[in-house]
Amino acid sequence: MQKYSVFSLIKNAFSDHQNWDLAWKDPQPKKEYDVIIIGGGGHGLATAYYLAKEHNITNVAVIEKGWIGGGNVGRNTTILRSNYMFDANAHFYELGMKLWENLSQELNYNVMYSPRGIINLAHTDGQLNAYARRGNSMRLNGIDAILLNREEVRKMIPFADFSETCRFPIVGGLMQPRGGTARHDAVAWGYARQADAMGVDIIQNCEVTGFDVENGKISGVRTSRGDIKAKKVGLCVAGSTTLLADKLNMRLPIEAHVLQACVSEPVKPLLHNVVTFGAGHFYCSQSDKGEMVMGGDLDGYNSYAQRGNLPMIQHVLSGGLAVFPNFSRLKMLRSWGGIMDMSMDGTPIIDKTHIDGVYLNCGWCYGGFKATPCSGFVFAHTIAKNEPHELNEPFNLERFHTGNILDEKGVGPKPWIG
Amino acid sequence: MLEIKCPHCGKRSQNEFAYGGDATIKRPKLGEEVSTKDWDDFVYFRDNPRGKHQEFWHHVSGCRQWFKALRDTATHEIFNTAKLEEDL
Repeated sequence: MQKYSVFSLIKNAFSDHQNWDLAWKDPQPKKEYDVIIIGGGGHGLATAYYLAKEHNITNVAVIEKGWIGGGNVGRNTTILRSNYMFDANAHFYELGMKLWENLSQELNYNVMYSPRGIINLAHTDGQLNAYARRGNSMRLNGIDAILLNREEVRKMIPFADFSETCRFPIVGGLMQPRGGTARHDAVAWGYARQADAMGVDIIQNCEVTGFDVENGKISGVRTSRGDIKAKKVGLCVAGSTTLLADKLNMRLPIEAHVLQACVSEPVKPLLHNVVTFGAGHFYCSQSDKGEMVMGGDLDGYNSYAQRGNLPMIQHVLSGGLAVFPNFSRLKMLRSWGGIMDMSMDGTPIIDKTHIDGVYLNCGWCYGGFKATPCSGFVFAHTIAKNEPHELNEPFNLERFHTGNILDEKGVGPKPWIG
Repeated sequence: MLEIKCPHCGKRSQNEFAYGGDATIKRPKLGEEVSTKDWDDFVYFRDNPRGKHQEFWHHVSGCRQWFKALRDTATHEIFNTAKLEEDL
């Protein structure tokens, strides 16, 4: 693999950039692998990368129904954070933040990690108190958190509605300074390129149609490109989890819902942080191209369609205009949807299954992107060692029977409300 | 925009309705012994089909009645709606 550097850039400039290696190969599937990862999104590629790097397991295939970066890893709003209150979530996502900080160097690929700070706005004193509590929990877990008052928020986002008469006055906010954004496509491509360089086969346009299970043990998968034997199989298919779990006779605490996001036309630098509106579901950051990247609520009914409806876009943006009235003159560039694997307590599931050699990584709700590195890291550990890493032990499937659910938001098993 | 036919009021825009989830799950009968697994299945586990899905809707900004709908989760097409006591 060619190392990307200023020297390789200059060298290739002499041949008009015609001789760069492919970032990853396009191999035919082999007859057998030690591990097959189903799903070539961020989590699947990261899992393959850490299997090779941390556990020296390189006879690995990542098989993807569509193309690398075409699913949720290319559809999210690129936000990174670890501002959770529950210990299990805080420790897990904090591993993610530590991995993000060095990811560009590690992958030799610029993922454009930008720790620009994430600000959750508070609109009542009660909400600010709740944020103070969350911030204290974060700091006890070694995570950075700053409680901002109204004037401190105003310095950072002076164009927000600070008028006396507004419906939802900004009374302060909770900020995680190390939170921020990263270029989502680059994350997928960077992991794919490094995994490929270490011997992982990345097989695109290959749909899994079934599984071969003998005596409670996995022996391979059936795909649109032929049967492939495997000692272990990991599922990283987000919104399609139930469709594959059905083929394994697993019923899961998961519902598929569509979440939309949208971007405006590009404008000059205005918004320097990630900001979330506290009185409705709206969040926003400005991309390096200048577009306002915005998102909000689920459409609110079970859906496998990777597109949504206009009423929810309108609802989300009306929340956005309540906090940023000056956005009213922005033209919308495009909107899109992705399928969220909503777990019944809002927390992911990373675990072994009742079938020997089948491992499950799902339930990311709308928070999967920030977890890409740490999810891959602990899932690779779970697959390689056949037991969970201490950080994903709480994310077991059994918790829905033992009562140890992790409902950080406290909404209960109604994902469309969350 | 979905157009949903309330069995009481007729066709209205999606904005008037709230969603109520999978209509096929049944609460274990009151007063009877229920195993932990059956209870957990009722509370947390779902079929989550890609395709036809029976679900509850609430005409919250209209007649305020709950009803059932048969909708495709991949195309969003609504095939039929029915009152709670009726079959879809």
